[in-house]
Amino acid sequence: MNHDHDHDHDHDHQSDDKVHAYYQILGQALKELLIEKGVVTAAEIRSAMERRDSITPVNGAKVVARAWVDPEYRTRLLADANAAVAEFGIEMPTTHLVAVENSPEVHNVVVCTLCSCYPRDLLGLPPAWYKSKAYRSRVVHAPRAVLQEFGTDVPDSVEVRVHDSTADMRYLVIPMRPSGTENWDEDALRALVTRDTMIGVATVDALSSSKFPIPIAD
Amino acid sequence: MRGPHDLGGLDFGPIDPEEHALTYWEKQIDAIRAVIGSKKIVSTHENRRTIEQLGHDIYDTLNYYERWTAALQRQMVDKGILTQDEIDQKIVAVRKRLAETGELEMPQ
Repeated sequence: MNHDHDHDHDHDHQSDDKVHAYYQILGQALKELLIEKGVVTAAEIRSAMERRDSITPVNGAKVVARAWVDPEYRTRLLADANAAVAEFGIEMPTTHLVAVENSPEVHNVVVCTLCSCYPRDLLGLPPAWYKSKAYRSRVVHAPRAVLQEFGTDVPDSVEVRVHDSTADMRYLVIPMRPSGTENWDEDALRALVTRDTMIGVATVDALSSSKFPIPIAD
Repeated sequence: MRGPHDLGGLDFGPIDPEEHALTYWEKQIDAIRAVIGSKKIVSTHENRRTIEQLGHDIYDTLNYYERWTAALQRQMVDKGILTQDEIDQKIVAVRKRLAETGELEMPQ
């Protein structure tokens, strides 16, 4: 069964199933009525689904890898992220994008405590855990413990900054470029940058920066 | 008073980091929301507000895209785009059709 695991399990699963079935039917009913009334077209819905499917974290990885190899781009990205990602054809007209950079002193992590706001144009749709009550409630007050649950140990000497997104403002974490990659070209670097490193729950560590990175299909 | 969506600082326990691939139905709701938004029928803010006002009983029971679906229903009725009667009738028709075709796994 596919659900978010973010509701309380104090009721039985049979009633859960009825609720899930009801909302699937309601969703289908709304879609058909909206098409019949000419409010939306089936083609528009299909096109929106295709567009969503086409956006992957590769978009964000392109931005990060460029910032790693091009100091001037990095400066532009930190100053005006909307304009900097637009250089890659990624337009975010209705939201303010802020790029935050990890360093030996600061580790950044992103959440949306109120909902699920997320830089979808850079990373695709958010993972289930990003939308979960557990992540949303806890990362703001116990970020180091939450990061440990993702296998990410941030030393006490490093400041952790948690950024709470809104409908108007989204964040992109620029992870630290791993040492040993000084001679790597942009394409190779891009393959190291994963979704979770751009949310800030993971780092691009020595392990993943082996000489044999798994290329991300572009 | 803290709304049902206002979770920052609470403690809902350990995080389940497992990936859950979206179902076709969930992607479809996401797409309808995107189209409705791009046509400026319901803005992101309106959608957020509707979801926040679902109340604890509904918000806490439904999963993510079910909340979006509940919100879409309210928005369409509130704006006079659809009537509740129409929706009720269509639900009966869809339920019947899906039960016959078996496209939806109906609870016993």
